[in-house]
Amino acid sequence: MTLPFSFGGILVASLIFNLPFMVNSIQAGFENLPQSLREASYTLGKSRWQTLRKVLLPNIKPALLTGICLTFAHTIGEFGVILMIGGNIPGKTRVASIAVYDQVEALNFDKANQYALLLFLFSFIILLVIYSVNKEYMKWRKV
Amino acid sequence: MIKLDLQKTIRTTQGNELLDVQLDIWENELITLFGKSGAGKTTLLRMIAGLAAPEKGFLQVGDEIWFDSTKKISLKTQKRNIGFVFQDYALFPNMTVEGHLLFAQGEKDTESAHTLLDIFHLTGLNDRKPAMLSGGQKQRLAVARALARKPAILLLDEPLSALDEETRLLLQDEIIQAHKTLGSTTILVSHDKAEVVRLSDKVYNIEFGKITASGPADDFFENNTPRGSFTAQVMETSGENIVVMINGEKVTIKNSNNNHAVKIGDNLLLRFTDRGLSIE
Repeated sequence: MTLPFSFGGILVASLIFNLPFMVNSIQAGFENLPQSLREASYTLGKSRWQTLRKVLLPNIKPALLTGICLTFAHTIGEFGVILMIGGNIPGKTRVASIAVYDQVEALNFDKANQYALLLFLFSFIILLVIYSVNKEYMKWRKV
Repeated sequence: MIKLDLQKTIRTTQGNELLDVQLDIWENELITLFGKSGAGKTTLLRMIAGLAAPEKGFLQVGDEIWFDSTKKISLKTQKRNIGFVFQDYALFPNMTVEGHLLFAQGEKDTESAHTLLDIFHLTGLNDRKPAMLSGGQKQRLAVARALARKPAILLLDEPLSALDEETRLLLQDEIIQAHKTLGSTTILVSHDKAEVVRLSDKVYNIEFGKITASGPADDFFENNTPRGSFTAQVMETSGENIVVMINGEKVTIKNSNNNHAVKIGDNLLLRFTDRGLSIE
């Protein structure tokens, strides 16, 4: 598989490009957990891996969600990286933001508006769902 | 039998201080490390747990050597069979009450988990998460979790300091009960004199990293308190117990003189005699 001008290519590029957003969120999540949670798990004889899986990760769900939202929002509107790596091949590497750009270039403002509206609604609904799930979760674990 | 001889430099308000402690603790004993905050009590507890590294020394629990600086042995926390109750309880927000105990056990054993829930009056709260528990219930769960894996030593780091007086007295009874039933060797860190006297067999006073005095709990404060009399104001009353303020410290005493009703705000004359404390 060659990466330039392929779907695999823009996938890998987006992944690398957006990694910092996810890493930052997860890092903040871990830093906000009390040190004693990890230590408590160790005193119960649990390995680092067991501690990560059973104690730490389940308790940074809000941070994970934030990371997911940030990377999602950043990726769905991505333009430059996609155009550089993937180009603008219909049915292959033409993403929504590039389709909008294409239509504007061709002076088809109606079409551009429709694409933009679709993009907006899609992002809006996804973020709405994620945040309402998160809110329920926060309510339920509130201390 | 636990043999302990550990050294570590700790930072105190007076600058660096060498924490240097030698202790022999018998099986099933409940001992207290008593002293001001910053004296090194918690650090000592954390060194026993393997959460802090001593610079030099030796620690043997039963036949196992947990730490030996000359032989470069230092067992990981996970390999030490301990129960640790943290000052902030360190409960896992994602787990239910029962989930905590099952997680803590080596092999899942629902029956023994339920026995523990019974001892600590948590039955009926099995499916609650820590956020839905009161302070006292959280504390009980923290102790129950620590005991779930049947530890060789139970380490309690000021476990009752965040609770109100009434809950604290109740939980002291439960800790005594659990200690009698389960019989783990227990090391308690506390700076509440009344609590120390009620709970422990032996007290070690730690000041600036060194043990400065030790003895059976009752004698310890007797010998280390100047005899004489002083006045104290009543802060709270609950049944037989009176909480008074002495030198800015809250102390709970038992009102053996039932002829006198004591009200909040009363000034009492406390007199230490050979037969104990007399209240006038």
